Amino acid sequence: MSGELSFTLDNQPVPFQDGQTIMEAARAAGVYIPHLCFNPDFAPHGSCRVCLVKVNGRTQASCTTPAMAGQVVQSETEELRDIRRGILEMMFVEGNHICPACEKSGACQLQAVAYYVGMLASPFTYFYPRRALDASHPDVVIDFNRCILCELCVRASRDMDGKNVFAVQNRGIQAHLVINTPSGKLGATTFSITDKAAQVCPTGAIMMKNQGYGSPIGLRLYDRESVKIVGDVAQAPESAGGRRHE
Amino acid sequence: MSVEPSTLGQTVSEIVQRHGNLPTRLLQILREVQDSLTWLSPEAMDAVAKEVGLSLDKVRRVAEFYSFLYTTPRGSYDILFSDNITDRMLGNRQLLHYLCDKLKVSIGQPRADGRVTVGVTSCTGMCDQGPAALVNGYALTSLDKPRLDRIAALVNQLAPLSEWPQEYFEVTTNIRRADILLGRHFADGAALRAVLKRGPDAMLEELVKSGLRGQGGAGFKLALKWISCRKAPGAVKYVVCNADEGEPGTFKDRVLMQEYADLVFEGMTLCGRVIGARQGFVYLRGEYRYLLEPLKATLQRRREIGLLGKNILGEPGFDFDIDIHLGAGAYVCGEESALIESLEGKHGVPRIRPPFPTTHGYLNKPTVVNNVETFAVTAKIAAEGGAWFASRGTLESKGTKLLSVSGDCERPGIYEYPFGVTVRRVLEDCGARDAQGVQMAGPAGHTISSKQYDRRICFDDLSTGGSFMVFAKHRDILDGMRNFAHFFVHESCGFCTPCRVGTSLLCDLVDKVHTGHGARADLDEMRRLGRIMKAGSHCGLGQTAPNSVLDSLDQFPEAWTRRLRSTSYEPAFDLDASLGEARRLSGRDDPGAHLPDEYSAMVRLAGLLTEREAPLSDDERNLLGALP
Repeated sequence: MSGELSFTLDNQPVPFQDGQTIMEAARAAGVYIPHLCFNPDFAPHGSCRVCLVKVNGRTQASCTTPAMAGQVVQSETEELRDIRRGILEMMFVEGNHICPACEKSGACQLQAVAYYVGMLASPFTYFYPRRALDASHPDVVIDFNRCILCELCVRASRDMDGKNVFAVQNRGIQAHLVINTPSGKLGATTFSITDKAAQVCPTGAIMMKNQGYGSPIGLRLYDRESVKIVGDVAQAPESAGGRRHE
Repeated sequence: MSVEPSTLGQTVSEIVQRHGNLPTRLLQILREVQDSLTWLSPEAMDAVAKEVGLSLDKVRRVAEFYSFLYTTPRGSYDILFSDNITDRMLGNRQLLHYLCDKLKVSIGQPRADGRVTVGVTSCTGMCDQGPAALVNGYALTSLDKPRLDRIAALVNQLAPLSEWPQEYFEVTTNIRRADILLGRHFADGAALRAVLKRGPDAMLEELVKSGLRGQGGAGFKLALKWISCRKAPGAVKYVVCNADEGEPGTFKDRVLMQEYADLVFEGMTLCGRVIGARQGFVYLRGEYRYLLEPLKATLQRRREIGLLGKNILGEPGFDFDIDIHLGAGAYVCGEESALIESLEGKHGVPRIRPPFPTTHGYLNKPTVVNNVETFAVTAKIAAEGGAWFASRGTLESKGTKLLSVSGDCERPGIYEYPFGVTVRRVLEDCGARDAQGVQMAGPAGHTISSKQYDRRICFDDLSTGGSFMVFAKHRDILDGMRNFAHFFVHESCGFCTPCRVGTSLLCDLVDKVHTGHGARADLDEMRRLGRIMKAGSHCGLGQTAPNSVLDSLDQFPEAWTRRLRSTSYEPAFDLDASLGEARRLSGRDDPGAHLPDEYSAMVRLAGLLTEREAPLSDDERNLLGALP
């Protein structure tokens, strides 16, 4: 072990390379830390806060905290599970996430992470915001009701697709996803289902048309295995119910 | 402001060119475009985007983020009442409704003729001379009905602000107690002569000896910040003065910028010499727009006498200059990395840290960000020595602290004390004889009750940026908590989940209890929400937003419990409130249009009394407070 950098995560040693975050090192070591706005193909964002861990007693987002030798990191504690559950509960009341009526149910990372942290219903008061659907694009429907503002589509379209189709506007609880056209409609953009941005949404906010219910509920991606084993919907092959186009 | 009939394109083009087409000036450009056009129409934003060479969504992102920038039409006169709890104590809501009635305008909506808008805004930093407001960005103080009568007439006459009575815009400094910072004479240039004579390392040694910590409230050791930035690799470095004094109830930086600007600029220049920076910025909160021209004049005078610019004090290569950026109504920009983002012309979302500004700050260059008061103190220390400064204060908190005292006291204003002063002493000095509690360090700080008046103001006990708001016995503490909860909803930047959603959930619960609909379970839910926000939020805003609610649950439990229903749980769904839309549509608000709920009706009537009628006497308030 000499010469190898490591920290402990829930008392298990985790090796890391200089420059890695706690999340990246844990991932490389096969240890799951729940997350939504993190995606290994992108720079860390740190907005969803689901990946909170305790680093030497201080709560921090594991996706943005650099790994350092000797750190004592806790993840699966009851205290952190309660905080993560609370954050998931906040996401569910902020938008309109009606799992039983959602085509994404069973292959939705938001839903899977919620189950993982033990959230079954939210005790908080639902906001029931009124958000319109955008079905103007021939191949894709945008359901803003299911957006959790992880900005993965924003980042993918801007940084990888070079199209800058999405943006977040306004501030505070008024912050919301928009389409960058004068009409605000996706149909007026060059967005395509082969874009990276079409494959990164961890919820059912960006849905493909003409391919609903390809596999029955109960047999879907996260119905078969926990998100802890399956990982991100964006990393799973499409044939398994994930988002990655092969 | 009346609009000259020049074409929109020309107006925008002239403004953008004056700012050198620089994207870092975007916020300044948008402010000026709006000053000319009263609001930022899609066409105006499009023109700015094209001239600056940015995509439209980036321009819109900035325009929609700052509360003083408008993407919907506003009146030529835009009047915003400061809505801090201290303004409320002085009857601002009553005045707000009074002016709206006078001008025949509804809150936040431009009048049909486009002439005027009346709305509310977060604390404008005039708590010692409220009720306060802003008109087209300029501070109005000590408002009362006769002044509002006159203002309504001036608006209806289309009188330019230059023709308004100048005393309406008068801002007094109210310095009540001076110690080593405010009380001793400072010869301009003394700090700069000292650093030239003794060198940067000796100055850093004095700063280490002084024990000075960031006076904004966080208390980061100043010398460490400057040393880290001096050591950071790179030829280009920056000095940034945080004058975004947004914490409700604090106004000491306003006083320093108004009366002691030379001291602040001298501290910044000293910092430039020590860390090796040639450019400084003051990030001045938009609410202090009235200070912009005087500050520019002070900068110009300093250039003329060789204290700023090239070869300062005749020393070849000692170059340093200062530029002033105006904010536009965003409390989050007081967080140093959000402030840097804003300084770069962007919307102010706090950055991921590390890296820290001392290595990756403005334009990713090493940057020192310090508060106004901190820079002023460094200039004094440079001139008089670290040991002199450290002789005051406590072991962990050296020197003095400026307190902005407001609320229920006879002598609101600025008080400078050595660190370690007790709350009791401050209350005695300011003439607060029947205080039931103090909101220390603003809504993000500590709510303390009379049991804690012997606690000391210093980093190791009650840390503070300086806000000190007094609540007298006749006040309802919950009015304060509700005001603070709404403040955080308005000011959350929306980036991270716990703050974006948590501030709204917490606010809804405070409202629920305040209006008499709460039950014991709601208090438990507040505590849990508070825990999640404190542990989970991305920056200090969300981490501290629940503080006042959590503190008051401990310190003033009866203020909460006396409003609770006897049941253990009450649904959030409020049947009577949900009929509000039907009442609006039918134009009815009589008792018959409400559900027969005695309790809610009483709370509603009490609310009407405090908002609309003549000011209540203490006895009347006591009576009212005892009702629920």
